[in-house]
Amino acid sequence: MAEKSGADILVQCLVDLGVEVVFGYPGGAVLPIYDALYNHPTIRHVLVRHEQGATHMAEGYARSTGKPGVVLVTSGPGATNAVTGITDALMDSIPMIVITGQVPTQLIGTDAFQEADTIGITRHCTKHNYLVKDPGKLAGIIHEAFHIATTGRPGPVVIDIPKNVQIATAPYARPEFKVHASYHPQTRADAATIDAAVEMLAAAERPVFYTGGGVINSGPQASALLRELAALTGAPVTSTLMGLGAFPASSDQWLGMLGMHGTYEANWAMNQADLILCVGARFDDRVTGRLDAFAPNSKKIHIDIDRSSINKIVDVDVAIVADVASALDDIIALWKQRDHRHADLAEWWARIAGWRAKKSLDYAENGVEIMPQRAIADLYKACNATGKDVIITTEVGQHQMWAAQHFGFEAPNKWLTSGGLGTMGYGFPAAIGAQMGNPDSVTICIAGDASIQMNIQEMGTASQYRLPVKIFILNNEYMGMVRQWQELTYESRYSNSYSDSLPDFVKLGEAYGWTGIRIEGPQELEAGIRQMLDTDGPVIVDCRVAKLSNCFPMIPSGAAHTDMLLDPNQIAGVMSDEAKALV
Amino acid sequence: MHIQEELSQRHVLSLTVSNEAGILARIAGLFTARGYNIDSLTVADITQDHGVSRITIVTNGPPKVIDQIIAQLDRLVPVHKVTDLTESGPFVERELALVKVAGTGEDRIEALRLADVFRAKVVDTTIESFIFEITGTTEKIDNFVGLMRQIGLVEVGRTGVVGLIRGKEAN
Repeated sequence: MAEKSGADILVQCLVDLGVEVVFGYPGGAVLPIYDALYNHPTIRHVLVRHEQGATHMAEGYARSTGKPGVVLVTSGPGATNAVTGITDALMDSIPMIVITGQVPTQLIGTDAFQEADTIGITRHCTKHNYLVKDPGKLAGIIHEAFHIATTGRPGPVVIDIPKNVQIATAPYARPEFKVHASYHPQTRADAATIDAAVEMLAAAERPVFYTGGGVINSGPQASALLRELAALTGAPVTSTLMGLGAFPASSDQWLGMLGMHGTYEANWAMNQADLILCVGARFDDRVTGRLDAFAPNSKKIHIDIDRSSINKIVDVDVAIVADVASALDDIIALWKQRDHRHADLAEWWARIAGWRAKKSLDYAENGVEIMPQRAIADLYKACNATGKDVIITTEVGQHQMWAAQHFGFEAPNKWLTSGGLGTMGYGFPAAIGAQMGNPDSVTICIAGDASIQMNIQEMGTASQYRLPVKIFILNNEYMGMVRQWQELTYESRYSNSYSDSLPDFVKLGEAYGWTGIRIEGPQELEAGIRQMLDTDGPVIVDCRVAKLSNCFPMIPSGAAHTDMLLDPNQIAGVMSDEAKALV
Repeated sequence: MHIQEELSQRHVLSLTVSNEAGILARIAGLFTARGYNIDSLTVADITQDHGVSRITIVTNGPPKVIDQIIAQLDRLVPVHKVTDLTESGPFVERELALVKVAGTGEDRIEALRLADVFRAKVVDTTIESFIFEITGTTEKIDNFVGLMRQIGLVEVGRTGVVGLIRGKEAN
């Protein structure tokens, strides 16, 4: 058997596993790997400006293509800078492989230069991690790591490779797939749970589908099956932030997003339903609100590939541990086999029509300022008019919620946002990663003036690789969501939420060789958006919006779905300590 | 505002795990990260090729938390199997303790008498002290240590619980 160095084994494995792009940053402890990648014919390396950027790019790449994202960083600060993105990928179940350099094995534990206990630090923010001390084991571990990252509930896997292991040689043969000793995620449902679910669905008078990111992770087939099951049952469909796009926003059965900033109709339907089919979602606190008032009179069916998500927060009546696509396929097959017809849902839909009539996403306009909701709505309209494939990413905050509310998504993998960890600084690098994986798509990062500054250094990366990403900043000169909470909870004492000393984003764009556009009033909005979409290269848009707009509807922390606030006038007094203590 | 806690039940969990570096940190860290309790934890390798270890964890929590602990442990990649011995039927649990007692005269004689009642063995002695070795349930050892406390207990070392289900089947 031919001998190869650890670095060559790694690169060979990446080729064999179909890796086309690696997002990374070199440093002392990964120099052998970088040398093995030098002028590589098939693997494209994207040089980032900060390792956190690399992780979010890998997430954006993964979420938009369905393939795992690959990151390569050095030891010590390279690895610690990657931790936020690794944690983000864990929370949002994104398949990602992070290869970190490590000091040579004989120096581990000696506080060597750029040494960090990467395995210790990432143990609880990865699905699994490895320290490889023997080049002979490297190939098997890399193949296993990809298998673990991409199967079951996807997640990030870290492979820490000491520098001497990259240089030392070992006999290499392409590893054959072998059944893992202990890792066997359940992907097919127990037949009895499918049977129970089908009968409950057939009998439901007030059903609602509550769908999440698991539908997207399960692949495009899962979205197609979800649409089919919704058609068969006639049920209304709502989704979490992470699941947007799995069900088309243009459908009559679509209720909009649910939860803290969800629509009136979605949250009331959840509250009044007699059956909730939870598909690949996890009853997050942002969705449930006050737990003892959550969907109080409903039976619940929960489809999740991760058994630990079942009954973690909300007790369910039927637990289907399976991959979403597989479970939906089984449900549809049995539904058809039993020739079920859905119950008469006319009364249920009439009630939903009543809630829809509240028009909870409406907003007042004064003709002087651009309302942020209007900016999103116009962006959506203009994107549709291009007829091109559009991928939207966001940072975290008010702009993220407005984007979720006012941009309609028709297909999966087109909406990339940090839901679980809520990482400011996610959206722009994610857009770069998505653009790498989808060179023909229009990729737009909807950002806030504060969030965009968290990874703004990646403008250089987009310039270097000629990636025509667009940044659309809703600039209200505040950390808007912080300011909104301070208004609601702390009598408008705006402690440190004002974005002082903002850069001139247009000039900043120009400094990086981008096109910069400023939109200052409603009369400039449409033309500004059109100019952004018509420009071939990267564009940064500084869209000045109403400074004190708040994001409604809103269910305050710890409140029930039925206690939703629809507009600012409903805000009453000071919160109790119990309410303040909730996130 | 005050923080409220729920009523807890004691459970003995038995895990088989791949015997790899960091496995103990992975499991102990899961408990601290998610706020679960560990009353005791024992670990030793149990196969001829040293490939698999058994970890016995005594924990406590409300039933829903115990379910979560099992599900969270089960999804760790190197964990082969998690069994809740407390739920899975009759099982045997034992703990071993070394108990050092110092004293003279009547206390010393009483210590020996109690050791006999508890079937503890003397494994070290001086004119003024004994070390007793005792095995049994946690409760039995608690009782023994409690009695010795009154007649010259110096220090105690305990292994924590190991357990197996009764009967011929492996779990």
